[in-house]
Amino acid sequence: MRLIRLLGKWFDHRLQLGKPIQEAMSHPVPRRAASWAYVFGSASLTVLILQFVTGICLAFVYVPSAGEAWNSLQVLNQQQSFGWFIRALHGWGSNFMVAIVLIHMIQVFLFGAYKYPRELTWIVGVFLLLMTLGMAFTGQVLRFDQDSYWGLGIGASIMGRVPLIGDNLVKLMLGGPIIASETLSRFFAIHVFIVPGALIAFVGVHLLMVLKLGVNEWPVPGRIVKRETYLKEYHELTKKDGVPFVPDAFRKDLVFSGIVILAIVACAALFGPYGPNGAPDPTVVRTVPAPDFFFLWLYSALALLPPSMETVLLLVGPPVAIGLLIALPLVSGTGEKSWRRRPFSVLAMLLIVISLAAFTRLGLHAPWSPVMDAWSSAPVPKKFLEGRSPLEFQGAIIVQAKQCRNCHALGGEGGQRGPALDAVATRLTEDQLIRQVLQGGGNMPAYGKNLSPAETTALVAFLKTLHPANQRPAADASLASTAPATKGP
Amino acid sequence: MPDPKNDSESVESAAPIAKKVSRRQLLTLLGIGLNVIAGALFSVPIIGYVLAPGGRRAMRKDVEWVSLGALTQFPIGETRLATYRNPFVRPWDGATGDIPCWVRRIATDKLQVFAINCAHLGCPVRWFPQSGLFMCPCHGGAYYADGSRASGPPPRGLFQYDYKIEKGELRIKAGQMPTLASPPSVASADQPRRCSCA
Repeated sequence: MRLIRLLGKWFDHRLQLGKPIQEAMSHPVPRRAASWAYVFGSASLTVLILQFVTGICLAFVYVPSAGEAWNSLQVLNQQQSFGWFIRALHGWGSNFMVAIVLIHMIQVFLFGAYKYPRELTWIVGVFLLLMTLGMAFTGQVLRFDQDSYWGLGIGASIMGRVPLIGDNLVKLMLGGPIIASETLSRFFAIHVFIVPGALIAFVGVHLLMVLKLGVNEWPVPGRIVKRETYLKEYHELTKKDGVPFVPDAFRKDLVFSGIVILAIVACAALFGPYGPNGAPDPTVVRTVPAPDFFFLWLYSALALLPPSMETVLLLVGPPVAIGLLIALPLVSGTGEKSWRRRPFSVLAMLLIVISLAAFTRLGLHAPWSPVMDAWSSAPVPKKFLEGRSPLEFQGAIIVQAKQCRNCHALGGEGGQRGPALDAVATRLTEDQLIRQVLQGGGNMPAYGKNLSPAETTALVAFLKTLHPANQRPAADASLASTAPATKGP
Repeated sequence: MPDPKNDSESVESAAPIAKKVSRRQLLTLLGIGLNVIAGALFSVPIIGYVLAPGGRRAMRKDVEWVSLGALTQFPIGETRLATYRNPFVRPWDGATGDIPCWVRRIATDKLQVFAINCAHLGCPVRWFPQSGLFMCPCHGGAYYADGSRASGPPPRGLFQYDYKIEKGELRIKAGQMPTLASPPSVASADQPRRCSCA
């Protein structure tokens, strides 16, 4: 024990770090800020360290070469001791990282913690968020599989929409004319050197400011932030009602970080590593690329944006959103901190969170994508076939053979790109069905060139039977009034 | 360091301080200047190196005529997948250097060669001969057999490669990923001059 103390003294005499560390640890924080709501920042740091450790481990085996990356992932998964587990930890750590950073940001926003004098802390935090998302995306690229390959294709295609220098940007991003070895090497350098280096620097600045400016006090309605008086009020508060950061606030950070690490370990052990799915061979076109969870909202937005405004929104949207986030503390740097007195902020936050959640949920189902194999894998339900005429049977076969089911569901199976056909006869009359099939319209391609008159007749005959037994099919009102009801259109 | 002023130092030590400071200033300026020059010499090649793939020199040589094999592989009236080795590859490119495309043979010497990449955001379109449509798995784009846009978010028809037939071989001008900024051929399926065979 005495030896340890002696050694400690010897080192501190030379390093002189003891006192600043002591000061940093014991710096007073407002008593109510030693709260469970304030644990997400430290948890992000914990996960970041975990990501560094597991990431370095992966680099021991991973080969950043377009020809070998996928094979080296297989070795990690199948042969290297604990390789699958390190990959799983890194993948799940990434998910937790993004989630915790987002929660941290929401908490800081709702608590008004970005206001004077912590504006720069928030702005640095915005860059940290962007870097976190950048790490998530580039990490997905390094998992060099089919999703990664076509994800790069989407990235390049977005770059290709930039006016004038689009072509240059595409090639700059890909490191050449196509997605190949230099693309992967580029993303490897970004994921392993550039962004992590920047992350260390920005996290350092972020933490330094937290220490220098103090932890945000618990917002109380009516306590207004004014540039002239805030610092004095804050110091009075911490002096009068403050507790030392260690151990009073730190013990909650400690507990939560422990829970987060355990959760990551549990997820990694239970669910295992992410992919890789199919090898990154572009000639394998039977693939359905989809992004990782935290980019599903973007995937949905890209499918649902009106084509006319897509390019503008893609190119102008992100800079505007980032600009707004950076401008937030500069525009509303003073005033109320409490969410109880900031209804607009709370509603804006809810709107953003709900929109992103809704887009993410849509992205999970991707109803806009045709189900490529529905025509051969989802048979016409029996109830739509019983008691039908031979012509109508023929129509049912055409529904399958012409791949209508890839976009139209029957009995809950099939694509959702177009409306389900279960009750199509109640919506469209015979003439409207023929017109829609032959000429298309809305989002439907025209099948006029691809259906013979006989096929069209059979198809429409079958579609006319698709209505509930107790519901009459749609009829042309002008014809119904003149013709006898029994004949009908 | 030899300095013309060196000799007069002892004399100037008694002179006004301003002169002495200017000598130190000179050294400071020299230090700054040297590092600016060194920084420029250091950073210009680095920037050039990093930006090279997007630069003008890289762009000039990015397409070449490549063979898709014998024309006889492509029956008249059908659309088939063909692949070629990209003309610009590294030895360690692996499978990423093999690029697919769709070849539609309309008549003996009349073809259309479509890029695999959807004109929307580059996903791989798949040909369905039964319904005569190309469908994209990502965001729901669909194209007719002649490559023109049928539905969904694509802003234009499928990208097409220029082609020629040489000694019974089909050749296309290829080498870079087709995007809206760099379509492989000016020809677009949406342009009326394309044939509209059933």
